[in-house]
Amino acid sequence: MSTPRTIDLVVIPEGPRPAGPNRDRPAPPRPRTWRRALRRDWQLYSLAILPLLFFAIFRYLPMLGNVIAFRRFVPGGNIFGERWVGLRYIRLFLSDPAFWDVFTNTLLIGVLTLVFTFPLPVVLALLLNEVRTRYLKRFVQSVSYLPHFLSIVIVAAMLFQLLSIDGVINQMVRFVGGDSIPFLQRSDWFRTVYVSSEVWQTVGWGTILYLAALTTIDTDLYEAAAIDGANRWRQTWHVTLPGIRPTMVTLLILNLGTFMTVGFEKILLIYNPLTYPTGDVIATYLYRVGIVSGSFSYAAAIGLFEALIALTLVVSANAISRRAVGTSIW
Amino acid sequence: MVTIDSGLKDLRAARPRRIRLSKGYRVFQVVNGIVLTAVVVLTLYPFINIVARSFSEEAYIIAGKVNLVPRGFDLRAYRLVLNDELFWTSYRNTVVYTFVSTLIAITLTTCFAYVLAKKHLKGRNALIGIAVFTLVFQPGLIPNYVLVTSLGLKNTIWAVALPNAINVFNLLVMKTFFENLPVELEEAAAVDGLNTYGILLRIVLPLSKAVIATMVLFYAVTFWNSWFGAFLYMDRLDLFPVTVYLRNLLAGATGADFMGSAPGDVVQSAATIQAVTIVLTVVPILAVYPFVQRFFVTGVLLGAVKG
Repeated sequence: MSTPRTIDLVVIPEGPRPAGPNRDRPAPPRPRTWRRALRRDWQLYSLAILPLLFFAIFRYLPMLGNVIAFRRFVPGGNIFGERWVGLRYIRLFLSDPAFWDVFTNTLLIGVLTLVFTFPLPVVLALLLNEVRTRYLKRFVQSVSYLPHFLSIVIVAAMLFQLLSIDGVINQMVRFVGGDSIPFLQRSDWFRTVYVSSEVWQTVGWGTILYLAALTTIDTDLYEAAAIDGANRWRQTWHVTLPGIRPTMVTLLILNLGTFMTVGFEKILLIYNPLTYPTGDVIATYLYRVGIVSGSFSYAAAIGLFEALIALTLVVSANAISRRAVGTSIW
Repeated sequence: MVTIDSGLKDLRAARPRRIRLSKGYRVFQVVNGIVLTAVVVLTLYPFINIVARSFSEEAYIIAGKVNLVPRGFDLRAYRLVLNDELFWTSYRNTVVYTFVSTLIAITLTTCFAYVLAKKHLKGRNALIGIAVFTLVFQPGLIPNYVLVTSLGLKNTIWAVALPNAINVFNLLVMKTFFENLPVELEEAAAVDGLNTYGILLRIVLPLSKAVIATMVLFYAVTFWNSWFGAFLYMDRLDLFPVTVYLRNLLAGATGADFMGSAPGDVVQSAATIQAVTIVLTVVPILAVYPFVQRFFVTGVLLGAVKG
């Protein structure tokens, strides 16, 4: 892929440049031919060799490796499979009731996670923003960021401890007169456990970008709103929320990108055959089918399907938000 | 000068007071205080509970009597875990994996970010596109597994270090940082006869200590916390990092059987042993957390400017 010639001939600043020391000075002209570019910048290009090898081997090769969804694959054989089988594996999973079960589970867990983990950081950021004592605000922030730094295994291990029959949650259940509940063995509790632990992990860290966006809102707007007779609630509604809307939209689009994979690693750690009916999601299902049982092509077909849904979600969310609110990530 | 400064300070201090504090707003402040206290308590409660369990006698735990304070103070579980050779092997593995993986990751990321920051470079947009496209369309688990297996990386450190060597978000953060360095310095160095490598090593890197430190932390925490790569690509007990060691304890406790082959699974672990292992795994993170937290916040904000 080469850049258009016109850009090589005339030095046109490419779009808005980031503010910085080089703002005022034109970049050296782009060389016209590859030979001249290579002669002048070969040392720069040489620095890119290893990173490019990384992308080629560990990103693009497996991307192409997805063709095994349409080919017969023998473990230990060619990573691109042996021969074409067409849409056999696609048809196989589309007619597999087990697949549709995990598909529904994925959608449910994804939607629930989004509904709780997306707005709560906004709320927490707004509350933190009202704290007038700097020292207290810092303290709450530092504490609430902490779960973000824990390994998912630690989080799972803590869940096992807290939710066990002898754990604190059941102590409280018994205190209010209920019977102990084996939370992690009950499929009707799985979603609650998953989503609330997800909130615990992400709510604090999620406030960072909002808090930064809140500081950029012009204080004159609040004064103007106050003069117009807006109370605190109306100020929040008409000044603060529109001020952080671009951040919210961007994060929502990014969240949609990981919507289909959900918290795969955490589910893998905390689910068990008893909780499969609600806890098994596409990612865990394809892990069991593909890696545990060795049906690589079948699992690759599911994975490809999942990736395509994720891609569609992000692209369409981006397009909708560009038209509706004028914010997009590309 | 002093008077102006203190005058400004007075103004700033006076500002919140100028906003009329209605009764409703004062009620809100109280409610807000209660909510934020609840956030702090809910975040810290699990940690305190698990520390309490780790120091308690097994009988009290089974009876469901351990809450915030250890009951029947008992260090036997600590002694058991600390005397377990496998625990130390796993810990050493974690340290080695984290160190090597971070070293590779920071080297590759820095080199590529530096190249991408050079606006005059022919083919720059294509290079950026190659990196960014992998964010939008990610290769799935199965092709990755097939690839790593067929490259013969199973049961080697490379299976965990190489597949995640460049994080594109980190790459973009560094690229933005390099773009904003003053070009004059590099030009002067070039006039003095330094080549590209010399400029990068002697001029650019010393100016980028802060951003490199942040990136090293980002990578190191990710690698320290990771478990799935090792779980997937390693099947010998003495190769597992401490996260997988802990996972095997949990799997033993639930009786769940994901990978029948892992021998750790059959261990029926006591609740105290689990609690102790959690505490010992978390301690290093908690120890460095207060010092590194602000770097992370800066790093996230740097990335957001571009992202």
